[in-house]
Amino acid sequence: MGWETWIITTLSRTLAYGTPLLLGTLGEIYAERSGVLNLGVEGMMIMGAYSAFTTAYITGNPWLGILVGGLIGGAFSLIHAFASVTLKANQVVSGLSLTMLGLGLSGVLGRGWEGKPLPNPIPAIVVPGLSKIPILGPILFEGQNLLVYLTIILVPLLWYILYRTRIGITVRSVGESPATADSLGIKVDRVRYLCVLVGGVLAGLAGGYLSVAYRPAWTEGMTAGMGWIVIALTIFAFWNPAHGMLGAYFFGTLYILSFRLQPWISPEFLKAMPYAFAILVLIFVSRGTLQKRMGAPAALSVPYTRGEE
Amino acid sequence: MQAPKWLSIERRPIPSGRTIFTVSILGIVAALIVMAIFFAAYGVSPARAYGAILHGALGNWHGFSETLRRMIPLLLIGVGLTIAFRALFWNIGAEGQLLAGAIAAAGIALFSGLPDPLLLPVMFIAAFAGGAAWGLIPALLKVKLGINDVITTLMMNYIAIYLMEWLIHGPWKGPTARGFAYTDTFARAAWLPTIYGTRIHWPTLVLGLLLALVMYMLVSRTRSGFEIRVVGENPDAARFAGISQFKTTLLVMLIAGGFAGLAGVGEVAGIHHRLLGPLNISMGYGYTAIIVAWLARRNPLAVIITSFLFAIIISGGDVIKVSLGLPFQLINVFNGLILFFLIGSEAFIRYKVSFSFRRQ
Repeated sequence: MGWETWIITTLSRTLAYGTPLLLGTLGEIYAERSGVLNLGVEGMMIMGAYSAFTTAYITGNPWLGILVGGLIGGAFSLIHAFASVTLKANQVVSGLSLTMLGLGLSGVLGRGWEGKPLPNPIPAIVVPGLSKIPILGPILFEGQNLLVYLTIILVPLLWYILYRTRIGITVRSVGESPATADSLGIKVDRVRYLCVLVGGVLAGLAGGYLSVAYRPAWTEGMTAGMGWIVIALTIFAFWNPAHGMLGAYFFGTLYILSFRLQPWISPEFLKAMPYAFAILVLIFVSRGTLQKRMGAPAALSVPYTRGEE
Repeated sequence: MQAPKWLSIERRPIPSGRTIFTVSILGIVAALIVMAIFFAAYGVSPARAYGAILHGALGNWHGFSETLRRMIPLLLIGVGLTIAFRALFWNIGAEGQLLAGAIAAAGIALFSGLPDPLLLPVMFIAAFAGGAAWGLIPALLKVKLGINDVITTLMMNYIAIYLMEWLIHGPWKGPTARGFAYTDTFARAAWLPTIYGTRIHWPTLVLGLLLALVMYMLVSRTRSGFEIRVVGENPDAARFAGISQFKTTLLVMLIAGGFAGLAGVGEVAGIHHRLLGPLNISMGYGYTAIIVAWLARRNPLAVIITSFLFAIIISGGDVIKVSLGLPFQLINVFNGLILFFLIGSEAFIRYKVSFSFRRQ
């Protein structure tokens, strides 16, 4: 294999693997921007993967599977929203239990489906014309599926909503200073519910992408820690969807390289990189002013009750 | 108002011990009821399922001994976590601290060349140091740079996992392991004694019980214990009183990380006698212990009971798999449910929740 092919296939795989990371990260960015830390990403993702796979298998329609994956991810996230927003429970513990619940439930329900391949996955496509561009063509426009592109389209959309619209200002103000937002008549709890829901739907879609497109089969625990990388990525991205895209593909590259560089660098080293990077990034931006400018929501993981500071 | 109209939530004055106890029990009962529905859905009568779990985990010597050996890591980690949680340090990293302790102990066992009588004591010291070091990094990052402890402790788990994977696949891979990814077996002198015919490495169990007692004394009788509580409950008051947040945070993470490290040496020196895959060594004790400490309401002595309870649940997982043919993963469902009902019930402790269907 020539080095050119090697680079092309590596980058093309990166794009494919980075997609679920990106979907999950975009969702977690919205949840955290509204002030809710959701450590249940892994759980929502795997529930999405399970329900998408079974739906696609039974109905024969992979797109319906993806849709159901998103819905189940969203429904699952509402448990966290209820616990952390309505009951004002500890968000760390609530998120962890969501992950346990999701891994457990999908393992239990998915037992009969274990190892079954999906006969009708979401097809890879070749974009006519564009795929002929040298180098970029085979990376971007050959062998990817529609979800990869839809996810990329989501990035500017979610960025625009967050920074350039009234909705975005509302979300961010709820995450920065819920008391101020409340005094301006913003329904803090409703905003947080919706943002957590967005996070759940996107995590569910990410799971669906894994089981119906990326690796069309169901295996227990198939998200394999991806949800935790999403948590790391959200910080790495400074809670900004555009940075999230760079981060997701960067971490995706590291993951793919952990297989492809095996003869030279130990895969464990590269696999540990995303987690080490997350810590390093936190160290670099730790100076208060920088952190504020970089966008860590001030009220992250603090429940809000009117009249209590 | 924020909450739905049919639900009103007001802050309660300080809840009584009895309220806390009752609400906790109700939370567990609620989880048991939901699990009963699962069992029924699988065509197993809940009575039979619970009967089998209790019998398998407690009803015979073998089952009971397995329950006790599961209790050891949960006890050690849980006791440490109660201290960290008291200072509101969110240590989600006990899993990694356990593995770091296991790695340190294995390093001593395999490569130190120490005389036999010194081997085990030094392994315990190394494991404590390894776990503590793994826990002190996030502690330092929090007090010096204000970095979120949840995230760093979590990330450190994965770094420990891959460090261990790398060691057993690479430099520490045993020449006698015949291609498997684990180290050589430790010398006999590095094996912890076990109660005859069981896998209960009793020195670690005794150590755990002792530490629970000592930590109880620490939090209830000493100035440090008082300071830990003030730092957790009222950081402003702590600052006024001249209590050092720096020292307190480092102290709690020295304890929490160190104890998790001790759990790690227990598993490698007491059960496996070699370093092997992270999932073989821990299967999530570090995460389960969070529930253990939470259920104990951060009381180190109560951890003796709650760690035993969760050891029953883990043993129960083996039972429902082997004798009822149900998936082991039900345990995770159960753990998740208990945790949810517990934090849900917390709201009922801290707040007075009333339901009304009147129009307001």
